[in-house]
Amino acid sequence: MDRDMILEARDLTIKFGGLTAVHSFKARIGKGSIVGLIGPNGAGKTTCFNMMSGFYRPTEGRVIFNGRDITGMPPHLVCRAGIARTFQNIRLFGNGTVLQNVMVGCHVRQKSNWLHNLFYLPSNLREERAVAAKSLELLKVVGLESFADEKSRSLPYGAQRRLEIARALATEPNFLLLDEPAAGMNPQETNELMDFIRKIRTEFNLTILLIEHDMKVVMGVCEHMWVLDYGETIAEGPPESIRKNPRVIEAYLGEECVADA
Amino acid sequence: MSLAMFVQHLLNGVTLGSLYALIAIGYTMVYGILRLINFAHSEIFMLGAYFVFWGIVLLHLPWAVAMVVAVIVVGALGVLVDRIAYRPLRDAPRISALISAIGVSFFLQNLAIVVFSAIPREVYRPDWLENAIVVGDIRVLPLTLFVPVLSFLLMMGLVFIVYKTKPGLGMRAISKDIETSYAMGVPVNRVIAITFGIGSALAAASGIMWTLRYPQLQPVMGMIPGFKAFIAAVVGGIGSIQGAVIGGIGLGLIEIMAVAVFPDLAGYRDALAFILLIGILLVKPTGLLGEKLEDKV
Amino acid sequence: MDRKTKILLNVAAAAVLSLFLWWAQESFGGYRIQILNLIAINAILALSLNLIYGFTGMFSLGHAGFMAIGAYTCSILILPETQKEMLFILVSPYSWVQAAQAPFFLAVIGGGLVAAFAGLLVGIPLLRLGDDYLGIATLGFAEIIRVLANNIPRLTNGALGFKGIPDYANIWWNFGWFIITLYCIARIINSNLGNVFMAIRDDEAAAKAMGINIFRYKLLSFTIGAFFAGVGGALLASLLTTIDPKMFLFTLTFNVLMIVVTGGLGSLTGSVLASIGITILMEWLRFVESPIFIGSFELKGIPGMRMVVFSLALLFIILFRREGLMGMREFRWDWLFGKFSKRGSANGS
Repeated sequence: MDRDMILEARDLTIKFGGLTAVHSFKARIGKGSIVGLIGPNGAGKTTCFNMMSGFYRPTEGRVIFNGRDITGMPPHLVCRAGIARTFQNIRLFGNGTVLQNVMVGCHVRQKSNWLHNLFYLPSNLREERAVAAKSLELLKVVGLESFADEKSRSLPYGAQRRLEIARALATEPNFLLLDEPAAGMNPQETNELMDFIRKIRTEFNLTILLIEHDMKVVMGVCEHMWVLDYGETIAEGPPESIRKNPRVIEAYLGEECVADA
Repeated sequence: MSLAMFVQHLLNGVTLGSLYALIAIGYTMVYGILRLINFAHSEIFMLGAYFVFWGIVLLHLPWAVAMVVAVIVVGALGVLVDRIAYRPLRDAPRISALISAIGVSFFLQNLAIVVFSAIPREVYRPDWLENAIVVGDIRVLPLTLFVPVLSFLLMMGLVFIVYKTKPGLGMRAISKDIETSYAMGVPVNRVIAITFGIGSALAAASGIMWTLRYPQLQPVMGMIPGFKAFIAAVVGGIGSIQGAVIGGIGLGLIEIMAVAVFPDLAGYRDALAFILLIGILLVKPTGLLGEKLEDKV
Repeated sequence: MDRKTKILLNVAAAAVLSLFLWWAQESFGGYRIQILNLIAINAILALSLNLIYGFTGMFSLGHAGFMAIGAYTCSILILPETQKEMLFILVSPYSWVQAAQAPFFLAVIGGGLVAAFAGLLVGIPLLRLGDDYLGIATLGFAEIIRVLANNIPRLTNGALGFKGIPDYANIWWNFGWFIITLYCIARIINSNLGNVFMAIRDDEAAAKAMGINIFRYKLLSFTIGAFFAGVGGALLASLLTTIDPKMFLFTLTFNVLMIVVTGGLGSLTGSVLASIGITILMEWLRFVESPIFIGSFELKGIPGMRMVVFSLALLFIILFRREGLMGMREFRWDWLFGKFSKRGSANGS
């Protein structure tokens, strides 16, 4: 594997019962890039995410991350290895405060255990304080520091999406999977989001893979993309070539015609 | 074990098992529709037996009439329990309804202690159920034939309702997807009420027949059979009526046979069901005939 | 308000509690002291169940089982040898049961540890189950423990149980253990580990994606909860001086569950307040179950009435105030001082 590759998906295939949800998905993702996965509803994009983040075990194929085979690893180990993700239908810890949500993300990098906690060890106190400070710092990055003590459930929709990103960043990933980050955002918010994605890439030294419906976002930020339709990869390449690809146009126009009807 | 003994144990097992099965059906129907363990079901079972006792002692009804009346009254009581304690919690977290169910269970049980007192009472049993029929070496109590046969008839009635009538269609629709059922115009609350009514009536029938087999009335008599029947429903695959029947009869047979073969285990009989439950859940968490309920990511 | 001030305030509160207990010991009669003792033990039990259920979201109905284990372990360790010889009349105890001896403090810890070990053992297979399956399986565990207690007479003296257990559990022990329990659980809940438990309760999939080994932390919470349930059972055994398998029926778990739900799932403050309130009410309501004499006329007591009232109360809470007394809120010193001065609310957290 090339030295500047961070993640490679080798012929990922998954079957549910008799149904093949994703067939032979291949991708090589370079370090530091922002890439996209697009396709109509039900094309298998989130399923691909789930295979890369350990939630599903692929029926066939392998996921190689940083030169290491992580196929079939449970999600918490995948996260520890350096892959973080967000969810399409936002999944926050609703009863916790905004700050607590981010602190949970920090936990995977914490060293002290519960016994240190019980016995009030100074090292533990220092670490806990550092975690709170780091979480607050991350909230500043996503612009939510003034909501730190609010219940996360009470945040507006867009803010919840940003909180999910902050929480993912707290796990100190090298590779970030964003599942429809622009869903439900207005055009202005979408523009801000694009800048934001570029900003965190540089600031946190990330590689980002995103699933998106909003063509403007994908075409705007992604350097490379894959197009899925009914589990098959129908196109791959930089935005300009995707835009002109007849199969992509067909898959998308076909869907839009249905949606408009 | 001689053949005669074996046949007797077999009949005893099937008798006990069909009583479990009748209770288990109520659990499984409610769980299939509402994802709720109706803890109060074991008290419904107990009240069925008490109402027959009252019908005979206070109202001087003939035994058979008292039975029918008790089944109907208890069915109505099941509907009432749903209306008061569960329906207001339909949109609440599932666990709230579960706590409510535990609350109703303790309420009914202790109310029974207040009203009937905790002292065990004797039960009237018609003589013809007691006189053994002798075929060769085999002595058979008519009771051990009467209970499985009546239970079988009741189950057939249930299958008819679930698969051949409109409320039955509603039940099956709701257990697949309650939201869509609302949207499609299924009278959800009414169908759920009917489910509670039928389930409770079957539990009452089981309670009544239970006291024919184990002739003692007690306010706490429902707890152990109730737990075991729920276990039978889980083992058979919760949500599945066939599963409840198989689980119930299987559990009854296992309990009777285990003690018959290993008399030393008699003290552990009540733990057997729980051990079976834990074993099954570990091997096949959905039970024998259960469908998988998946959590979508 | 900084950390040091809060620690000072907590120590001061503990001092006030000890002063109150000292005063109570001097001026209260045995009956009221008994109620105080029960409050402390109920609070220990409620806090431990709240850790498991309210904070980590595992619906466990096995508390009576852990209590039984704690109670039997502690009793065996503190019963004098002569008393054991008198108790085991039907069968002789195992020699190690006969010989086992420990000071009370260690016996209580022993009770907790054996319960925690049992929690670990049953947790490993059972905690993979979803909520109501877990509930029914843990209930099954508690029933199995009870059946075992009935059937291993050489260990537990069977259905006869133990009598004449030394009554070491005075208010100092009980409230001492209450403070230890409250301290440990509050430390856990207020640290980032507490946030992890909360995360598991609120959304398991998201917690996994945050790198949390859900199973491990569920097991940790369950085991700690089982430890304190065992401690509560041990203290209860010494307080009541008699135990038998019938004591550890599902009703016992129900009582603890009722306290936790009344106080608020996910609120330590709520559990403590509800322990006080419900224990006092339970005792006060005893009068409806015992005969009342008006002159020479006797009104018969109504057995079962107490539990009728309590189950109705539980139903009312769950139907009309589902979040309980406190919801998920906690008592905070900042909040208290915020009430007194406007300035205090500015730096509240």
